[in-house]
Amino acid sequence: MTKKQKKVLRRILISALLMVVLAFLPLKGWLKFVLYMIPYLIIGNDILLRAWRGILNKQVFDENFLMAIATVGAIALGEYVEGTAVMLFYQVGELFQSYAVGRSRKNISDLMDIRPDYANVEVDGEMEQVDPDEVEIGTIIVIQPGEKVPIDGIVVEGKSTLNTSALTGESIPKDAAVGDEIISGCINMTGVLKIRTTREFGESTVSKILELVENATNKKSRSENFISKFARYYTPAVCYGALLLAVIPPIVRMVFLSLAPEWGDWIYRALTFLVISCPCALVISIPLSFFAGIGGAGAQGILIKGANYLETLAQIKYVVFDKTGTLTKGNFEVNGIHHSTMDEEKLLEYAALAECHSSHPISQSLQRAYGKSLDKTRVTDVEEVSGNGVIAKVDGIEVAAGNAKLMKRIGTEYVDCSHVGTVVHIAVNGVYAGHILIADTIKESAKEAIAMLHKCGVFKTVMLTGDAQSVAEHVAKELKIKEVHAELLPADKVHIVENLIQNKTEKEKLAFVGDGINDAPVLAIADVGIAMGALGSDAAIEAADVVLMDDDPTKIAKAIRLAKKCMRIVYENIYFAIGIKLICLVLGAVGIANMWVAIFADVGVMVLAVLNAIRALFVKNL
Amino acid sequence: MRKTYKIEVDCANCANKMELAANKTEGVKNATVNFMAQKMIIEFEDGKDPKDIMPVVLKKCQIVAMDSEIFF
Repeated sequence: MTKKQKKVLRRILISALLMVVLAFLPLKGWLKFVLYMIPYLIIGNDILLRAWRGILNKQVFDENFLMAIATVGAIALGEYVEGTAVMLFYQVGELFQSYAVGRSRKNISDLMDIRPDYANVEVDGEMEQVDPDEVEIGTIIVIQPGEKVPIDGIVVEGKSTLNTSALTGESIPKDAAVGDEIISGCINMTGVLKIRTTREFGESTVSKILELVENATNKKSRSENFISKFARYYTPAVCYGALLLAVIPPIVRMVFLSLAPEWGDWIYRALTFLVISCPCALVISIPLSFFAGIGGAGAQGILIKGANYLETLAQIKYVVFDKTGTLTKGNFEVNGIHHSTMDEEKLLEYAALAECHSSHPISQSLQRAYGKSLDKTRVTDVEEVSGNGVIAKVDGIEVAAGNAKLMKRIGTEYVDCSHVGTVVHIAVNGVYAGHILIADTIKESAKEAIAMLHKCGVFKTVMLTGDAQSVAEHVAKELKIKEVHAELLPADKVHIVENLIQNKTEKEKLAFVGDGINDAPVLAIADVGIAMGALGSDAAIEAADVVLMDDDPTKIAKAIRLAKKCMRIVYENIYFAIGIKLICLVLGAVGIANMWVAIFADVGVMVLAVLNAIRALFVKNL
Repeated sequence: MRKTYKIEVDCANCANKMELAANKTEGVKNATVNFMAQKMIIEFEDGKDPKDIMPVVLKKCQIVAMDSEIFF
């Protein structure tokens, strides 16, 4: 608790204690009034003072003023206990609110605890801790095991494993060795690393992410705007209502019904109105829910760039994927070895060796699949046949590895592959030895991700790709995506998404999921643009509305689910708070609800709404 | 020109009132108050100097939300 809050707490305790004591004393008349004024003034002095200053400033519909009028009125009617209690509970509510807001602010910054406090710079052989802000580009910094990487850079010395869980929400360790680019916010786990910084601190990944999360609530959602507008009219309306309630019924009774006016009774009812007129519960709980929702999502590696996007995410009905990099890994891998006349391992070894001098993605995937280190001295007489493949001697045996054209060229019969992908045929000593299928692989979790999306209310998933029709259809079938558009140019993707947007209703929102690298225009026209695997890619973070730090497609469904949870909480709070207040207003007007009920409607509702709002923070197991 | 200022405001409704007050200040194109982050983002009209405008914004804000503070 802050000093200010502790002071209020002390005042609350003292006046509560005094009230309990006074309740047991047989007091009457002036003595009772004077004694009750002590706790009343202890708890309410600042409110009264502010109310007075508010009047001077012509700010009549201000919480302080309302509370002052309500309690002073109650005391004037002789209801000393109620007047003091209303003030007391009002202060309890205010204290709780400020404490809860402070706590959730802290909770969220703890969740996003990625801000490094210092960087180790070597100066004249001595290690010195400096403010990361002061480190210039190109400085060599040292990161000890257990420390956070403060600034983006390239490893120049050392080898270690990095933990990226603070950024991605997944604890998959990542290896770092000399020459690797590493990003700030990771935690160095095993060895000492020396890195040369490539960016200033303010431009580093960690700063960008923090800035993004902190500023996300700047972009207000429609529900927030609705509430602030509502609050603007609600308070004056209730105040005028109170005035009418105090004046009209007694006059009607007097003039038309010839009854006693009962001024006191009606004024009391009007004062009850004033106690309910404060819109605090509503106004605090809505931004708090969004703040908690965005913070909780951030801790899971889902960065949502505004409360408005959270609102839209909850209404997603269409999800359009750019295939490569979102549903598939985007890098080529050996998918199968077919019709091999020798041991499959041996065939792969021949192919990898023959292609070992090439840096083509195909040959690299062969080397990766082989997995062992290659002795390049075994390879001689390498002849690259442009556009066809390679012919080389491995251990003195002639190996040809390449496409069908190469096989035709050397006059070898080959077997066509029935699968989709790039095929590398291999001939050893001019005899066909089999072929290796290389394809972009589907991510392990992609199928589950699509199923999860349909489960959480998405009724159409569409896949777009620049790839060949056969490849696209194969992937779509595997993942059970119904609509596929293949062989597209970037501009075609924009057209298709535009068409989809035109053919849906306003309430059904469309999300586009891309890797954020060259799909900025599509990300921009979709209702929500989601970029995946954005860790370390500024362009993606810049272009998208929602950024998934790692490349797990199941996170899309997770983002939608947590947005739905957050919106559910927001609506719960809106209906609950407005509902209770309206009921209490009606009950107050007919004289059933007294001031005790009114103060519950004000403070109790606010406490419940705030507690409910904080639930939005807990999204880990969604 | 857009600038972000740190603010201090206790209640969410006061923050809304500050936003309204700041928006009604001459020279301010658009103002947003982020209660949870305790920040005020002001977009100034072209050619206006924040130095001239911010004292007015502060004065207006303190009328509607007495205990508020803007650091500029």
